[in-house]
Amino acid sequence: MAGPSEIVGKARRAFRSGRTLPLSFREAQLKQFLAMIEENKQDILDALSYDLHKSKQEAILLEVQIITKEVHEMLNNLRVWAQPEDVEKGLANAMDKAKIYKDPYGVVLVIGPWNYPVQLALLPAIGAIAAGNCVIIKPSEVTAACAALIARLVPNYLDKECCQVVLGGVTETTELLKERFDYIFYTGSTNVGKIVRAAANQHLTPVTLELGGKSPVYIDETANIEMTVKRVLWGKCVNAGQTCIAPDYILCPTSVQDKFVAKAKTVLQEWYGDNMKNSPDLCRIVSDTHYKRLVQLLRNGKVAVGGETDPKEKFIAPTILTDVKSTDPIMQEEIFGPILPILNVDDVTQAIEFINSREHPLAFYIFTNNKKVMEKLINNVSCGGISCNEPSCMLHNQFDTLPFGGVGHSGMGAYHGIHSFNTFVHRKSCLIRDFNSIAERLASSRYPPYSEKKLNFISFLLEKRKGLNVPYFSHLMVFALGVAATIGFKALPKFF
Amino acid sequence: EIQHGGVIVQRARDAFDSGRTRSIEFRRQQLKQMQRMYEENTTEMVEALAKDLRKSKQEAVLFEIQFLINEVTHMLHKLDEWAAPEKPPKPLVNAMDEVVIHKDPYGVVLIIGAWNYPLQLTLLPVSGAIAAGNCVIIKPSEVATETAKLIAELVPRYLDQECYQVVLGGVMETTELLKERFDYIFYTGSTNVGKIVRAAANQHLTPVTLELGGKSLYYQDASDMEMTARRVMWGKCANSGQTCIAPDYILCSKQVEREFVENAKKVLKEFYGENPKNSPDLCRIVSDRHFQRLVGLLKCGTVVVGGESDPTDKFIAPTILVDVKTTDPVMQEEIFGPILPIVNVENAFDAIKFIRSRPHPLTMYVFTKDKSIQDLLITHLRSGSVCMNDTLMQFCVDTLPFGGVGHSGMGAYHGIHSFNTFVHRKSCLVKDFNPIAEKLASKRYPPYSEKNMNFIKFMMKKRRGISMPYLPHLLMFVLGAAVAVGLTAIVTANGHYGDDKSN
Repeated sequence: MAGPSEIVGKARRAFRSGRTLPLSFREAQLKQFLAMIEENKQDILDALSYDLHKSKQEAILLEVQIITKEVHEMLNNLRVWAQPEDVEKGLANAMDKAKIYKDPYGVVLVIGPWNYPVQLALLPAIGAIAAGNCVIIKPSEVTAACAALIARLVPNYLDKECCQVVLGGVTETTELLKERFDYIFYTGSTNVGKIVRAAANQHLTPVTLELGGKSPVYIDETANIEMTVKRVLWGKCVNAGQTCIAPDYILCPTSVQDKFVAKAKTVLQEWYGDNMKNSPDLCRIVSDTHYKRLVQLLRNGKVAVGGETDPKEKFIAPTILTDVKSTDPIMQEEIFGPILPILNVDDVTQAIEFINSREHPLAFYIFTNNKKVMEKLINNVSCGGISCNEPSCMLHNQFDTLPFGGVGHSGMGAYHGIHSFNTFVHRKSCLIRDFNSIAERLASSRYPPYSEKKLNFISFLLEKRKGLNVPYFSHLMVFALGVAATIGFKALPKFF
Repeated sequence: EIQHGGVIVQRARDAFDSGRTRSIEFRRQQLKQMQRMYEENTTEMVEALAKDLRKSKQEAVLFEIQFLINEVTHMLHKLDEWAAPEKPPKPLVNAMDEVVIHKDPYGVVLIIGAWNYPLQLTLLPVSGAIAAGNCVIIKPSEVATETAKLIAELVPRYLDQECYQVVLGGVMETTELLKERFDYIFYTGSTNVGKIVRAAANQHLTPVTLELGGKSLYYQDASDMEMTARRVMWGKCANSGQTCIAPDYILCSKQVEREFVENAKKVLKEFYGENPKNSPDLCRIVSDRHFQRLVGLLKCGTVVVGGESDPTDKFIAPTILVDVKTTDPVMQEEIFGPILPIVNVENAFDAIKFIRSRPHPLTMYVFTKDKSIQDLLITHLRSGSVCMNDTLMQFCVDTLPFGGVGHSGMGAYHGIHSFNTFVHRKSCLVKDFNPIAEKLASKRYPPYSEKNMNFIKFMMKKRRGISMPYLPHLLMFVLGAAVAVGLTAIVTANGHYGDDKSN
């Protein structure tokens, strides 16, 4: 097994060779990526089932399909996104070319988490490859079968020097982080996020951190309770609550709480039957450590629904807790499990105060029919992303035009679609001038010896003026052109 | 009155929590006040810059004050547009949903300025932070003492005193300040201190923009030597070389070197006369420490132009060094002074090898008419920015993001990039309790089945949209044509009717 320096050295040499720069190379790699997923779907499903007892539906819709969608998005748009962008120029630069080039950073490290072990390790890698970088992927060791599968498949499909996989736990990752990378993309917990960023700092390496937090849910009396219960519970139960954007806890008035709990009992029975442990659709907790942690949290407040556990299977039933205090342990850390505490607030103002007194969450879910309440919450709560009337664990990801990322302790940077591509390129500004003597005459006032006259002339040239800012100007021009062309056409026969 | 960092930050945080910076009108008013501040105190600003750096009026106005005024003016023009929530394209499946990206201010922003353009580099990021709706704490560099004092005096007179505060102090005070929690930190200065700032920011996972430095080299071949020399020496001598994007050193062949030096001698005489020390247009070195450092560097290689220095005045003449080895001290650190070493390379390929062996610079300059060499260097080398056939000018194009890469920094600003630096883009998806949508979406609920899964897969599949970028324009053209046809038909019909009537 090669050491970290060797691995990074190989990637750096591959990058320096210039191989990843041509778009045709990147497209070929992306197509190989697709083939890798399509030809090994069953193995991927098996690994996810082994590591997390993940059902086929969740494995396909929340892992495999998300990856293939992102690859298609890159393939469809790569040529456009990689193009240097022209920028608006002022009077002073009328004769120059001004562009922004999209340079790959170089050698990128992607560290994946264990909860969506295939998706979250590979999705950022796709963006990095599309952007022209060489990638080193470090999948989570906690989900060992998925990690081993990634390590086996990648070298069979992708360029062996441009895309490498490194396996290992805390020790190996710490060693790896001593190496110099040009970008690091980390998905995982806030605490480890700080460690990764500190390690990155020795080399001033920029990072994207996709972290977590307690994503609150606000429900008021105007919400359709039946739909709300289904939507919230679905977001909570997928992957047994082990989702960074899972609804963590609920804030609602007591009247809503009672209705919610009553409905939840029915819904859960519909979904998982009388003996939930037997349902093939419920995942398990990933490890004994996390299982024990969650069992402890069950002691907070009162169990209103669920509460069953089984250590042999690392099974915890979807559980709702009431009478939870904001000082309870369950309100001090991200739950990351199928336990849903409900806390009471009287109104939206109290909810805002409560949420803002804590760290910025990754997601915030609002359930209300009252537009004013929605607006007040959107405008006063800072978080990674907001979803109204829909816990969009699944549908949120569908929006590859929406940047996905956190703020404050929930992270920095964002990705998905074009935002993935943009994460992994450095935008290099280029101003291209020439030795044009007219331009030189105009600009010669900048040279010493300085004078009031020269100063005034350049001031005048550089002064910021409000441009001809008619919106849809170009559309108007083309409309006029259409009119003119038609009239012109009709007039033609008269000349013959 | 020196206040504890904690008190200052808390005041800013309370001001932010009060919500008043969220109002666009409030931000607009504050930006207008900034404009007034610059316009009403131009003389005082020019004086402070003259005291700190012996900066000439032209450089003070063009590189600092006017630059600041232009940025604020630009912000004022565009504030409504930039602050408005963005509507990204959405797939057909979500036609009935609202999909928006909100621009949220981060909260309390710390801006640490530098001493070389002490007004501009301290206050330019501030207008972006204000436009974005943040509360700001400004820490000007203590090395440019008069300018720092002036900023501390003016800001409270013009801007909201709780939302925007100035903190003075040196290394110790800044270290204390950095223990506080900020929501964003914007630092301009050296790479070494940049690392310290980022490490401090990490305790609270605070995101940062670092505008650092490096050796911004330039490569040239033999094109247009006179214009090249003029543009290069201008870029090098402005602010006496104390510019983060000054051309630090030259890479060229021995032959080009000879021609360059000849032309440079002529140009320097044009700029500063026979005795550059007497020219009012040459700045001085900012401090004794930097002066000593630079005089030490004069010992490298051979002086072919300049070389004079005067400690009583902190004056160093524009100097060119040749026969410089890559291991010499002058090639180990960012020079930040009016000394220009020349290192010889045979051609562009050698230049690429040389540049690659060093950290990414903030800027790369290339002087050549040969487009293939231009392309080669742009494609194969990394730097914050590039300018072909001129120096410093890329800084003035405010639609170009200005920032570094690798050791030269992270993040970028100027114009819209300033605004975007200081907002968090918060994605928002708004749906309703529409029963039709619910029926469709309910396939995702357990118990799972192959049928339901296939249905959702089908709904979510990525389809290549009608992605012609000019589709709207095409439609407008067609519409224009249709209207023209319609209008002529009406006119002709009326004409016939008129004929009938006359008959």
